Amino acid sequence: MTALLDVRDVSKRFTLGGVFGRKTVHAVDGASLTLQTETPEIFTIIGESGSGKTTLARMILGLEDPTEGSILFQGQTVRRRMGKDERMRFMSSVQPVFQNPFEAFNPLRQIDRYLDSTARAFLGATDKTVIDAAMDDALQKVGLSLAEIRGRFPHELSGGQLQRVAIARALIPKPALLIADEPVSMVDASLRMSIVNLLKTLRDSFGVSVIYITHDLATAYYISDRIMIMQRGRIVEIGAARKVLETPEHPYSRLLKSSVLSTADAGAGQLAVDPTLLRAASDCIGRPGRLVSRPDGRAVMIHDA
Amino acid sequence: MTDEILRVDGLKAYYQMHYFGVQREVRAVDDVTMSIGRNEVYGIAGESSSGKTSFIKVLAAAVRPPLRVVSGSVNYDFRSGPINVAAATAAEVERVRWKSLSYIMQGSMSVLNPVRRIGQTFHDFAFRPLGLPREAFDRRVLDHLARLKLPADILRAYPHELSGGMRQRVTIGLATICHPEFIIADEPTTALDLVVQKEVLHLIRDIQAEMGASVVFVTHDMSVHANVTDRIGIFYAGRLVEEGPTRKMFFAPRHPYTAHLVASLPRIGDTAQRPSLDGRPPNLAAPPDGCRFHPRCPLAVDKCRIDVPPLVEVAPGQRSACWRWQDVQPLDRSVALAHGAVT
Ligand SMILES: Nc1ncnc2c1ncn2[C@@H]1O[C@H](COP(=O)(O)OP(=O)(O)OP(=O)(O)O)[C@@H](O)[C@H]1O
Ligand SMILES: Nc1ncnc2c1ncn2[C@@H]1O[C@H](COP(=O)(O)OP(=O)(O)OP(=O)(O)O)[C@@H](O)[C@H]1O
Ligand SMILES: [Mg+2]
Ligand SMILES: [Mg+2]
Repeated sequence: MTALLDVRDVSKRFTLGGVFGRKTVHAVDGASLTLQTETPEIFTIIGESGSGKTTLARMILGLEDPTEGSILFQGQTVRRRMGKDERMRFMSSVQPVFQNPFEAFNPLRQIDRYLDSTARAFLGATDKTVIDAAMDDALQKVGLSLAEIRGRFPHELSGGQLQRVAIARALIPKPALLIADEPVSMVDASLRMSIVNLLKTLRDSFGVSVIYITHDLATAYYISDRIMIMQRGRIVEIGAARKVLETPEHPYSRLLKSSVLSTADAGAGQLAVDPTLLRAASDCIGRPGRLVSRPDGRAVMIHDA
Repeated sequence: MTDEILRVDGLKAYYQMHYFGVQREVRAVDDVTMSIGRNEVYGIAGESSSGKTSFIKVLAAAVRPPLRVVSGSVNYDFRSGPINVAAATAAEVERVRWKSLSYIMQGSMSVLNPVRRIGQTFHDFAFRPLGLPREAFDRRVLDHLARLKLPADILRAYPHELSGGMRQRVTIGLATICHPEFIIADEPTTALDLVVQKEVLHLIRDIQAEMGASVVFVTHDMSVHANVTDRIGIFYAGRLVEEGPTRKMFFAPRHPYTAHLVASLPRIGDTAQRPSLDGRPPNLAAPPDGCRFHPRCPLAVDKCRIDVPPLVEVAPGQRSACWRWQDVQPLDRSVALAHGAVT
């Protein structure tokens, strides 16, 4: 039985700076995770800003090679250098939705051209009505239509519209794995729920697995099967989403949950971060540690004293 | 309001385009009148594509074709003198930019030059306006970065070498380092983790309090509005449909769209299906007659389909554009919240 995705002890280091002193950034530090083919799931990654979430996603997408470790998708090694056919086959199964739609689109290219070339490339379609139908179908799933976006350039759409187009584009090849890097951070509450519900539908009705990267604990709680929490390149807690979010154990996970802004006290300006939890979480940075399994199935990083 | 720093009157700003001889017009900002007080944090929320970014582009004097101010005025009363940015020349705008008026754009990358290191960009932006000697300037930049929880070595990095949240903090740093009187921020904290987000919001509030600055803040995150803003304005389909003090907007909204908005997000520990609004967002090239929300409104009656509701005062400091504002009920959950029954 081969896993859908197998990330094995993967690390990524970058070197920052030039002539005046270099600095190594451990963007990802010994990350392992497995998604099974038989059980499509929404797997959520939450973590510090700069903790390596996007870097990990880029490695899974074969856009960046790990410095150490390996990544297997359906038993095949994922790497940056793939032949054209191999890359096409891979990309028809694994599709990205990136963090910032303003950066993801070429400002000089009409939006529907993007969708059109995706449809041509992956569906092998050449008939215009078939392509248009596939584009419209994908756009309808995200609450847009081909008529609305035809001929428009990225800057002519609002942030939320652009992000929905990015998701629609990713759905065209009917992928087995969708990697969505903060897909809802720029849309309103109502659309956010419809996109999040869409991810659910993809899992339940079409068997698509989703890696959902977000800063939003509430939607993570609402849709995820499993969750993984990252701090400074390391996985510090991983397990069933509801258990982890209800009773977070690692100091950083606890800090994160305590920092959720509440609307219960609207107008009171509650912006203080719990100093004790903050200190406990900072103390973990740079300290050696290992993931230890808990009876409830989660794993938590325990640090050496 | 006693002391206004900004007054917007009858503002209309449309995107006007010609496609193969056909004129197309998107009425992104359609008759907005409002004002903002000195030392006030004003939050803007609303649907995706309701015109929030377009509106604050006008406030920020960052209007570019095809966007055009069709009518109305945007008057600031800066210490350096008054200015109507809807009619000002480029040179007049340049004089107030960054020093008096700063703008953090949605999608942070656009102000960061991809081939310049972050340190150089800080120099480009702030060295002249601050007028400090080199050493003092460097110290000021480092202090400012530290307050944004950014390490000093990012000054040597290129934009693509930073994570999304780091870039976002860099742009906040650029917009605040000169301590402007008026800060306009479009979704400035969407890419930040909750801990850093809280710290950055705190910083924005600190700067605002220290300098007596005013802030206009666009975000979809209602919990950010709840904790940062003094007042909130809600946009729907190019119009300001409700406005009022933050507490009132959460606990006694008087527009059905606001009521929906404050009640629509799930919370940890809560797995109940959350409603998303039925129907689609209106097309701003051909908006519905009457109240633009009527096709999706649970309270709509015939009058709503025909007559445009004016934005009128419904309680002290609170204005709503709804014919049936008296019938708007806060959704159950917000009532419960107000009574501390749930968290
Ligand atoms: N191309 C690169 N060159 C050098 N450093 C990089 C590069 N890409 C990422 N990094 C560094 O790797 C670390 C992890 O970045 P990454 O973008 O993966 O974070 P993230 O978890 O996605 O953060 P965010 O929540 O802010 O998006 C950061 O310290 C970043 O500066
Ligand atoms: N350059 C442009 N040309 C034509 N239409 C545009 C342009 N920019 C924006 N629009 C349209 O104007 C309307 C308002 O867009 P705007 O960006 O102001 O929305 P927004 O409220 O900021 O949305 P979001 O929350 O999704 O960022 C949308 O219908 C959008 O498609
Ligand atoms: Mg990222
Ligand atoms: Mg916007």
